[in-house]
Amino acid sequence: MKTLAYALGIGVALATAVSGAADAKTLRWASQGDALTLDPHAQNEGPTSTMNSQIYDALILRDKDLKKIPGLAVSWAPVEPTVWEFKLREGVTFHGGQPFNADDVVFSFERALSETSDFKNYINSVSEIRKVDDYTVQIVTDGPNPILPDQITSIRIMDQEWSQEHGVEKPQDYAGEQETYAVRNTNGTGPFILEKRDPGIETVLKVNDGWWGWDVTDAKTNVTEVVYKPIANPATRVAALLSREVDFVLDPPLQDLKRIESTPNLKVQQINQIRTIFFGLDLGRDELRNSDVTGKNPFQDPKVREAMYRAIDIETIQRKTMRGLSFPAGIITSPGVNGYTEALDERMAFDPDQAKALLAEAGYPDGFGVQLDCPNDRYNNDEAICQATVGMLAKIGIKVNLNATPKSIHFKSLQNKESDFYMLGWGVPTLDSHYVFSYLAASEGSWNFTGFSDARLDELTKAMEVETDAAKRDAMIAEAWDILKASNAYLPLHHQVIAWGMSDGLELPIVPNDSPSFRMAQMR
Amino acid sequence: MVSFLIRRVVQAILVMLAVAFLSFSMFNYAGDPVNNMVGQEASREDRAELRERLGLNDPFPVQFARFVGNAIQGNFGISYQLQRPVADLIAERMPATLELVLVSAILALSTGIPLGVYCGIARHSWLSRFFLTISLVGVSLPTFVIGIFLIYIFAVTLGVLPSFGRGGVVELGWWKTSFLTADGWRSLIMPAITLSLFQTTLIMRLVRAEMLEVMRTDYIKFARARGLSNRAINFGHALKNTLVPVITIAGLNIGALIAFSIITETVFQWPGMGLLFIQAVSFADVPIMSGYLVLVALVFVTINLIVDLLYYAVDPRLKVDRGTSAGRIA
Amino acid sequence: MSIDSDSGAKGLLGRALDSDLWFSFTRSPVVMVAAVVTLLYFLAAIFAPLVAPQNPFDPASLSLGDSFTAPAWTEYGMPEYLLGTDDQGRDILSTLIYGARISLLVGFAAVILSAVIGISLGVTAGYVGGGFESVVMRVADVQLTVPGILVALMIDGVARTAMPRELHDQIAIYVVIFAIGVSDWPQYARVTRGATMVEKSREYVQAAKVIGIHPLLIMLRHILPNVMGPVLVLATIGLALAIIAEATLSFLGVGVPPTTPSLGTLIRVGNNFLFSGEWWITFFPCLALIGLVLSVNLLGDWLRDALNPRLR
Repeated sequence: MKTLAYALGIGVALATAVSGAADAKTLRWASQGDALTLDPHAQNEGPTSTMNSQIYDALILRDKDLKKIPGLAVSWAPVEPTVWEFKLREGVTFHGGQPFNADDVVFSFERALSETSDFKNYINSVSEIRKVDDYTVQIVTDGPNPILPDQITSIRIMDQEWSQEHGVEKPQDYAGEQETYAVRNTNGTGPFILEKRDPGIETVLKVNDGWWGWDVTDAKTNVTEVVYKPIANPATRVAALLSREVDFVLDPPLQDLKRIESTPNLKVQQINQIRTIFFGLDLGRDELRNSDVTGKNPFQDPKVREAMYRAIDIETIQRKTMRGLSFPAGIITSPGVNGYTEALDERMAFDPDQAKALLAEAGYPDGFGVQLDCPNDRYNNDEAICQATVGMLAKIGIKVNLNATPKSIHFKSLQNKESDFYMLGWGVPTLDSHYVFSYLAASEGSWNFTGFSDARLDELTKAMEVETDAAKRDAMIAEAWDILKASNAYLPLHHQVIAWGMSDGLELPIVPNDSPSFRMAQMR
Repeated sequence: MVSFLIRRVVQAILVMLAVAFLSFSMFNYAGDPVNNMVGQEASREDRAELRERLGLNDPFPVQFARFVGNAIQGNFGISYQLQRPVADLIAERMPATLELVLVSAILALSTGIPLGVYCGIARHSWLSRFFLTISLVGVSLPTFVIGIFLIYIFAVTLGVLPSFGRGGVVELGWWKTSFLTADGWRSLIMPAITLSLFQTTLIMRLVRAEMLEVMRTDYIKFARARGLSNRAINFGHALKNTLVPVITIAGLNIGALIAFSIITETVFQWPGMGLLFIQAVSFADVPIMSGYLVLVALVFVTINLIVDLLYYAVDPRLKVDRGTSAGRIA
Repeated sequence: MSIDSDSGAKGLLGRALDSDLWFSFTRSPVVMVAAVVTLLYFLAAIFAPLVAPQNPFDPASLSLGDSFTAPAWTEYGMPEYLLGTDDQGRDILSTLIYGARISLLVGFAAVILSAVIGISLGVTAGYVGGGFESVVMRVADVQLTVPGILVALMIDGVARTAMPRELHDQIAIYVVIFAIGVSDWPQYARVTRGATMVEKSREYVQAAKVIGIHPLLIMLRHILPNVMGPVLVLATIGLALAIIAEATLSFLGVGVPPTTPSLGTLIRVGNNFLFSGEWWITFFPCLALIGLVLSVNLLGDWLRDALNPRLR
């Protein structure tokens, strides 16, 4: 009897497979970590945003070059210095059939601003969202905010009616003992509809044939189904691609790219990521926490910082550790970010002899001991880069004790200001240098653990928040970069390169924010 | 018997309390969950506020009392990472692990026992020496190395078996099984072999030792003297006498298999409890970690209890003095 | 099982000098090879600074430019790196020698730790009996309830967060030793308790008791030597298990730091290069680990049989 049922099951499965074969195309993909939730405002985290952006739309979308394109808003413009007005797209419906209008936008922004939202930082300049008519909204900001359109590309729009019906007017509260409905259920306007959600195991998306954006923004994908499975182990992930169990791996290990490329019917796509990797030096303290130098802080001497900079052979790291997949950096932000210039990105030359001389001049002819804190699961080959740095600094006499930990521990110790010398990587979702200064360089920047403090830079950072004249603002940014670069408070390493491994039959534009848009996918 | 039973149950409860305390208190200090829950770019105020809301600022005894109270009701809180009740998560993942463990246990017992018996009876034959040497190689290989090599050979090079996951699953109510599809069985082969290999060799060596031990007892000698056939002696008398300890071992094996499935599940991305646990460790997801540990401890304590009672039933003179052979497994 | 009921056993010393043991050793070529291999590992580990071509723990001696060099006999090999180099430019042969040193150190220290804890608790429990015995054996049960690898994970996790961070890497190895050692003591306790209970009822111990010899002395002089046989077997197999446990912890990312790698860490790191063609980075550490563990296991296996006269 069981065998019969089993045979029948196969029969049915085969029948559906055959009948659907003509137009059904399934894209199977994998990456290290699954989305944490499908609530679009609960987690500001890469994989989560990637998954949610397939299902939910924002007012403004980004194309494959990360340029802003109309999303649920067809146009936008400032009507007053502190008021942006958005004209909304008409005739859009949510996956559940509810019509999209201004109420949903107001609701979603208020939701994203609520206490439990992880996106309120993006729009904390917003003081009010006003519905003008059914298809017009105005966003009022505290002061003039020239980059509001960039910021709201991360704010996804939910349906008010649906949210109220299921009691998810607020994003998931971690302290709550219940998971909310929105964690595993969705109702967006996006190009894909959630079919099945098995967190950590499998997520299935079905194409939304009625998406408003087909032929408006991009050519329609021919993929009918997207199946995602997280595979944490890097070797297993590569194996799954090599054995064709998946069509696309978002994050193959760098060392395996050659193998993927040389495998018939597989290819690798690369693009520069908007993320720069660097070391931070704590020059704010009078004495380092973990060093054999007592009574003074060697990092306070600019010569020591320059010596360390010059001791790092970034090109060998690029060639060997990164397998060519990185670009040595001169500043801590990447091409594509407003304010970046090639001139700024020039590095001081690698010169161990001069580095030794500088150390001697600074009073450390035999070097000194220090601890380097490094994550081991956050950036491309992070731990290997740190290990290589340990060897290079040893050659000029600086004895580095490497402390490599998982990101949860690493970031905690940074937050607690426990590190003298650390690795960090920084991406810029707003694509504007102000984001870098306000977090990493301003005296009060919440991710500035270097103790670096410069009154002029602080002043510039404040001023660029409200400066609406683009040319003046760019000049401020340039000046701020000069100050930060000259300080060597951060030792820049390189800009990361994203590499995606996929089957030859898949056309999927690679984007610098490492977030694939399956609406653009074409499969043979 | 009743007082013995009560004493054992009380002890088991104490054990569970101790494990609960350990798993709670220890993992409460492993990594800061707040950092994992908010984005890297979140502000300090957000973090402080989240700490407060999670009750992470409460005094330790308060947090522990809350933990035990909830744990008794099967409530281990909500996962920091997945934002779902831990009990649901574990219940969802349990079928995958139990199916893997079941197949591995059957594999280990069905190969380990016959091989052990053979090596015990024909202990001087070259074949049994060969098996013993092979078993030593098996014990000497770390589990993850076996897994990676199997993937390399059968998934990547030959392309005959899937390298990860459970393949096709069929839902029988809340239980998702991979036993009902060919794809599911294909996915099960490599993880089950990887997981069972170490246990197979252990069982084989154990059964062999028991056989050797039994074969030299007076009982067998008398049987031989009575002129019984070798076959009758080996299988009718010797094997039967080895089975009690072997059944004990088999019970404990299941516990050990659940523990070692952490490694196998990591390598094969098998969506079971072990994978859930190890992902929780890297994420400092305290509720999942403590929930998992308490659950695994419960499984072990239950098995221990049953084994104790079994021994008592078989031979009351033993005063529940279990053989050391059982101890060698965990 | 055999080892705990080894009632007719003499003391370990007496056994070691027993010509039977030596005879069985010389009769088995496999065991002799295993002994020689084990000895070689020990010597290489002890004299690592003299034997290894390079000190892989001295970062100043590494050259990142030489990383990923293939073994010397292959097309792209370099003569100064016999077995090639790893991702940091370390000579593989040297990392193996130094790695074996750490693996053996962890293994030995963990075994000694668990044996000392286990024997003292086991013998005392078996001899004293009563409440103490039941507490010790229940604690052993608790411990066995949680699988060793989980116990080690927990201890390691606590130690990592409880200790000052600047001590992390320096103490990582002690943490691992402690974690593995503590997770394994119940084995010894059970074996020695069983053996002690058997010995305790013997006439000579009863006699010693009657003439008023101090219990501690009885335990040390009469009981301990008699349980050393099974303990030696346990310890040998325990050494192999501890080395594997260390490798497993390293695989899960809580072992010794990669700057001072053990064989297990080397395999973990090397595994990342399995698909990319740099097979030697993982292959040789695997081989070295299997060789070491297998030799030790062979010795333990032989020892078990040889110390149990009835099996001969």
